Order: sequence, then C-alpha cells, then structure tokens
Amino acid sequence: MTDEAADRRTEQEEGTDAKDAMAAAHGHEASLRMDALAHHERDQPASREAVFSLADVKVTYGSTPAVRDIGFDVYKNHITALIGPSGCGKSTLIRCLNRMNDLIPSAKVEGKVLYHGEDLYGPKVDPVQVRKLIGMVFQKPNPFPKSIYDNIAFGPRVLGMKGDMDEIVERALVRGALWDEVKDRLDQNAFGMSGGQQQRLCIARCLAVEPDVILMDEPCSALDPISTGRIEDLMLELRKNYSIVIVTHNMQQAARVSDMTAFFTVELDEDETNRTGRVVEYDDTEKIFTTPSDPRTEAYVTGKVG
Amino acid sequence: MEARDTALTGPAAPGRLRLEAPSPRYGEKAIKGLLAACAGASIAITVAIVVALIGPTLEFFQEVAVTDFLFGTEFTPLFNDGEFGVLPIVAGTFSVTFWGLVVALPVGLGSAIYLSEYASRRVRNVVKPTLEVLAGIPTVAFGFFALNTITPILRDNWPGFLGDPPGIFSAGAAGVALGLMIVPIIASISEDAMSAVPHGLREGAYALGATKMRVALRVVIPAALSGIVASIVLAISRAVGETMIVLIAAGSTPNFTFNPAESIQAMTAFIGTTATGDVPTGSIKYQTIFAVGTLLFAMTLLMNFISIRLVRKYREVYE
Amino acid sequence: MSSAPGGGWVPKRTEIAVAGAAAATAASLERPPRSDAVKGGVFKAALLFGVGLALAGMVWLIADAFIEGRSRLGLDLIFDRGSGDPEKAGLWSALLGSVYLMVGVIATVVPLGLGAAIYLEEYAQKERWWNRLIEINVQNLAAVPSIVYGILGLAFIVRGPADLGFILIAGSITLALLVLPTVILAAREALRAVPPSIREGSLALGATQWQAIRRQVLPAAVPGIVTGIILAISRAIGETAPLLLVGATVFVTFDPTFFSDDGYTALPVQIFQWVTRPQDEYRVLAAAAIIVLLGLLLAMNSFAIWLRNRYEQRW
Repeated sequence: MTDEAADRRTEQEEGTDAKDAMAAAHGHEASLRMDALAHHERDQPASREAVFSLADVKVTYGSTPAVRDIGFDVYKNHITALIGPSGCGKSTLIRCLNRMNDLIPSAKVEGKVLYHGEDLYGPKVDPVQVRKLIGMVFQKPNPFPKSIYDNIAFGPRVLGMKGDMDEIVERALVRGALWDEVKDRLDQNAFGMSGGQQQRLCIARCLAVEPDVILMDEPCSALDPISTGRIEDLMLELRKNYSIVIVTHNMQQAARVSDMTAFFTVELDEDETNRTGRVVEYDDTEKIFTTPSDPRTEAYVTGKVG
Repeated sequence: MEARDTALTGPAAPGRLRLEAPSPRYGEKAIKGLLAACAGASIAITVAIVVALIGPTLEFFQEVAVTDFLFGTEFTPLFNDGEFGVLPIVAGTFSVTFWGLVVALPVGLGSAIYLSEYASRRVRNVVKPTLEVLAGIPTVAFGFFALNTITPILRDNWPGFLGDPPGIFSAGAAGVALGLMIVPIIASISEDAMSAVPHGLREGAYALGATKMRVALRVVIPAALSGIVASIVLAISRAVGETMIVLIAAGSTPNFTFNPAESIQAMTAFIGTTATGDVPTGSIKYQTIFAVGTLLFAMTLLMNFISIRLVRKYREVYE
Repeated sequence: MSSAPGGGWVPKRTEIAVAGAAAATAASLERPPRSDAVKGGVFKAALLFGVGLALAGMVWLIADAFIEGRSRLGLDLIFDRGSGDPEKAGLWSALLGSVYLMVGVIATVVPLGLGAAIYLEEYAQKERWWNRLIEINVQNLAAVPSIVYGILGLAFIVRGPADLGFILIAGSITLALLVLPTVILAAREALRAVPPSIREGSLALGATQWQAIRRQVLPAAVPGIVTGIILAISRAIGETAPLLLVGATVFVTFDPTFFSDDGYTALPVQIFQWVTRPQDEYRVLAAAAIIVLLGLLLAMNSFAIWLRNRYEQRW
C-alpha cells in the first residue's frame, strides 16, 4: 500500500474512532431520551389530583438541617421519582411522607405537608394510621423471620382487617406479582427466598393493608437487573390503583418508570459546614431528561456530574 | 393482572382516608406505663436495700460512736458488755482477700497473657470457656474443697519458718479457695483488655526485634493496664462480698491478724452467723448486723464504681 | 496524652508504640540473643504453669467431691428425706425445696426482668437522665454481695412490710431480686440482637409499637431470652447465703410447700449444713450432694447451650 493510501486509511479509522467516542458520550443522553420518549407513548395518568402538597418543608436532625425549602405536589396515580446525588436528603424527605422520621428523636419537621388537603402533622393525626395509608418499601428487603403467609398476614392481622385471611393473602400476592411463584410454598420461611423475591414479598406485604400511597426508598439498589426489571414492571401496573413515590439513584430507572421527577442537590451553607438538600427542579419526567430548565439538572442527567 | 376490587377498597370508599386514630389507643399507654414500672422496680430495689440497711444502722450509731465502730480493734458484739470496733472482721475479710489475690493474680494474669499473646485461636476458644466454668461452680463447693482438701494440705505441709501450722479454720485455706474462685474474673476481663490492644502496636515492636515476652510486658500490659486494674478491682469486690467460703473455712471468731495460719471471721461470715442465730429484733446485736452490712455494701459499691470507670477508660483509648 | 519534644500532644498509642520500640531497641543493643531465648522460654513456661494451675484447680475441686462422695451416690440419696441419721439422710426435701424456689424465682423474675428490658430497649429515650440512672442502677445491683440481698429479704419480706415470715415464697422473692439484674442484662442483649429493620418494617405497615414488639421483636428474641433465664436460674440454684438469712436453715425432714411456715430447705443449704458437721459420714454426704448439684448445673447449662444453638436466629 502506498503511503498516501495508508494515511487516508488511518484518517478514516480515526474518524470512525472519533464518531464512536461521540456516540458513546452522547449515548447516555440519547438512551435517557429514548426511555423518556417511550414513556410518553404509554398511557398517561388521568388527572392531576394532588395526593401530597409540600410547602416550605424543612427537616433538621438536632441542629443540622438535612433538607430545606421543599415545595411541590405529588399527584395521584402518578409515579414520582426523587433523584439526585447521595446525601441530598431524598430519603429524609420521603420518610416525612409517612412520619417515619417520628422514630428519630432528634428529627424535627417544619413546614406544611398536606395529604389530600389535611395536615399530616396535625395535632389529631395518628402516625400509626398514617402508615397504614402510606406504605413503605425499604432499600434492603426486610422480610420477617416467618413464613411467607405470616409475612403477608401480619399487617391485616394487627390492623384487624375483616375477611378471609387466605383470600387477603392471595390477593396481596397476586397484586404483588408473586402469587404464581409461591402459591405452593406459603408456609416456607421467607428468608429462603432470593433477594428479588423478598423485595416483591415486601411490596405484597405493603399492599395487603390496602394503602393509598406506596413509598419506595431505593427499592432495587440491592437487587440484580432482572429482579429490578420485574419490580419496575410491577410499579407500572400498581400505578393504576396506587400513587407511588420512589427514591432512586438510578437515572435510567427514573426515566423508565416515573411520570414526574424531582431533582435534588446539596448546597453548602455560608460557613461551608452544613450540607443541606434542596429541590432544584420538579417537572414531567420527559422534560427533566430531555430539556431540563436548570443547568445543574442537565449536568446531572447527562452524567457530567455524579 | 386482575382489576382491583374498588368496591371493597377503592379510595372512593367514604372515610377511608381518615388520619385520626380509630380508637384512643389507651392500651398502648397502659402497656408503656406497666413496662416503665418494671424498669422502675430496679430503682425500688436499690432504695429498699438502702432503707433496709440505713434504719437499723442509724439506730446502731446512736449507741456506738462512729469512730469506735470504724477504728476500734475489739469486736465482741454478742457479749453483754461488748465492744463494737469493726476492724478485726474487716481485717479478716481483707486477709482472706489478700491471700486469695496471692493465688489469683499470678494465675489469672498469667492465663490472660497466655491466652491473649501466646495461645492459638483454637486453644483460646477451648480454654477460655473452660475457665468460665470455674465461675459457675457454687461457692459451697469451694468451701467444701477448702475445708476438706486445702486445709489438710496446708496443715501437713506447713513450712516451719512460717510459724505454727493452721488449725481447722484458717484465713489461708479460705484464701486459696477464694483465689481459685476469682481467677476467671481476672483472667477473662484482663484477656479482653489485652485483646483489644491493636495489633499494629505489637507488630511495630516485633519488627524492631523485640521478643514475645518483651512485647507482652512492655507494650501490651501497659496498653491494657486500666482494663487489667479494673478486673482486679472487680475481683476484690467479689471476694469481699463472698460468704460461704469464709463461713465454712475461715473461722468464726474475730481476730485482728493477717497471718494466713490463723482463723479469722470475715464481715460476711459475721452477718451470716449472727443473722441466723438467736438475736432479738431491735437489740444492739441485731443492729450490728446492719451496721456491718452497710459497711460491706458501701465498700463493694465503691469498688464497683471504680472498676466501671476504669473499664470505660480502656474502651475509650482505642475507639 | 503528653507533649512531644517539639511541643504538641502525643496520643497514647504513639507513646506506647514508642515505648515498645525503645524497649526492643534497648534489648537488642544491650543483651545477647541467647539469654533472651532462655528468658522467653522461662516466661512462657510460667504462663503455662499459671493456666495449668487454674485448670488443675478446677478439675481437682470436682474430682475431690466425686472421690469423697462417690460411695453415697445413688437413688436413695435423691429420694430419701433429711434425717438425723447420716446413713438414712437424703436430698429429697432439699431438691424439692430448690425446685419450688426456682419456680417462684421464674414466676417473679421473668415478668419483672423482661418488662424492664423491653422498656429500656424499646421505649426509653436513651438521652433522658432517668433512663440512664436506671441503667447504672441495674449495673450496680449486679455487683451487690449476695448476703446483702439476704438482709433485704430479712428486713422487707420476712419481717417489715410484707411480713411473710420464714416461708419459701420469701426465699423465692429474695433470690429473684438477686438474679434480676442478670435477667435484665441478658434480655436486653437478646432484644438488641434483633435488627432495627424488623421494627421499621412492622411500623411501616401500620402496627403500633407494642404490636411490633409483641408480634415480631419478642418472638425473634425469645431464644436469647430463654437462655438468659436458664443461666440466671443456674446461678440462683447454687446460692446459699441469702437463703440462710431468710429462713432456710431449719432441719427439714418433710416435703416443703410454698406458704407453710414449717420451714424449708434447699440443695446448697443442705450441703452447707452437712459440711459444717464434724462427723465423717456427713462429709461424704456433703460431697455426694455437691456432685448432685454440679450435675444439675451441668444439665441446665448444656440445655441452655443446645437451646441457643438450635433456635438462634441468624439475620
């Protein structure tokens, strides 16, 4: 081969390399866009009735503020994702929605948290009743050391739900997309299940008490991709009858499943000692991932910052 | 997925989304109160102990001057014209404790150093629990051992230069048995303290050519010292409070001496003997029981307090 | 902490490390290696001797009782009642007394100790001063000499407010108070071993705190709690001094009952009585009774260990 030809060939190769590199860099963005657009083609949830209305919400542990200036609405039968880097108070905020922060003595919640128009922190409100209506699934699956049946039946039993327990358990497992797998071994210990199954058990357990809202704090972060996929499919099914709020580190997951997304960031205060979380932007998922308004949001969703 | 039964459970069902409690939940409050009362019972017990002791003790001190009690050297409370100086029985207690430590310190510390620095993991996992068995043997058995075996051995093999051999009862025989009983306390807690010393400290010394003995003596023991001292204080506290061994083997006559061959009466033995005898309630003899009991309680409380502070100190250094 | 030559503070670990290094260097410079090996060998031998003495002492104690009392071991020892004639004396009254006492101890200490442990672990806010006072108090009670509990029993239960007299229940209550701190400590450990995620999961479903404790936390902690109770009982069954003060000294030749004031005895008290008799026959009896007591303790502790291994929850 002549030198000229060799040079041209190298140029071509380099050109291809460069294109591949660009494709790789923007592929991340592109795939997010595709997920969000595919979303758009699904059934849109019906109306935008607010289940939660947050205004000026601030949470402090002792004297350190964890999140502040939180104000947005969570809509009924929507999946709302809270995304953002670690440590910006997403878990703290979601735990306000079912008063789990009450369990931490030093935690103080200020501002307004309205649930269907009622103040969630009002004087007559019973936190136990709140948690029946607003259920939670945790990051690490936490089944009880009992049989699958007893795991599901625990909630209905303590709440004194009427009806045939076998039917209640079956219904919850069916809704949790777990029935077919476990219907023949309901009396086996839940600890014998795989991680993904245990998490679906926890979701079914939550469904058994007939909640109105389901909160999920990074439900798939301890699971493999296949289990994650099944739970995401389950979430899309559950959306028809429940409102879901999910905290997730996984942007693609947020893009795949959620209808609305809130992007959190953390800010240092003046003396650079305290780090407080705030919501930068809250909008339709499609918009957040394709045309975000705030540069910080764009930097995060395009992967420029972690 | 099936359609959900909205008739049963849909959000349209009236009142379903109420946030108030369905019932006032009095049961929860009652249970919490009941449980708190159980926890408070422990305070009640301490108060009861103090009250039980203090009342008769104060009456005692109306008859006997505090200085006479604490510093007197004649203890004959059961005689009609008795003396109430408590030093002889305090000396008896501490004599037995001292001879116990003579046995328990080298054996206990030696075991601790061996288990912590020399023994393999397997040996340690077998020997340490075995030593704990010693802590579970009832003290009557130790008392029997002291009287039945240790006393004859001491009597038959008493070296002449130490003076007269012991009789049936002696502080030394009780001391040896007591020492054996407190070995697990010293060994276990000292071993814990030594194991808590970070390996980096040992390795630094080994790397410079120090021998195992030197590392144990010059590095580990100084580092674990507060834990070791805590174990000794705790062992002393346990020895001072022990009744059956001294009751069986040490003797029943107050005797102000530290000679291991002589019989003595310990504070606990005095209480045990006198309280089970014919002592009229409210008499000075009866009250002496409580005065000695108060002294005993105060001593062990103080030692326990010191030992807890020391344990906290050794935990803090490395955490 | 002390200050370093250049000023500034030196942490204790560094001090010790430097001391170790200095010692090692001094040693290597001053002494020849051979005497070090000898010294090291002697030291290790001394340590092994110490451990050996401890283990030998324990074996000797048990063997001594066995050899001494072997001739009297047998079913008649268990089933005969106490008697003035050492040939005919047996442990039945004492064994029955001990069993009854332990029943009373369990009935008292389980609700009280478990209740206190649940409150301290699940309800009490750790920063409050009165909760810390309770914790310190439990620790102190664990170190009080057993005879002081006897004084407590004498003053409050036998005489004083309760005025029950020298009856078996009084002995039970006194022993129960003695082992209460142990039960509280063991139950707290067992509760603490249950991970917080179980409590969170229960509460997140809409259970009240007591529902979560009663239905999830307690059942999971039961193996540890039962083990702790068995260990407390095995301590109580060997205690003599408090019982002496609350009336278990009477010469007993009949079956005891909980409330009669005819008197009662217990296994360790019977042993003590026999030990203090000068005659040889009583010495043999005492030794045999010690073997019975040690056998009982061995059985209980083995059962506790088996229970723990069989039912322990692995999280």
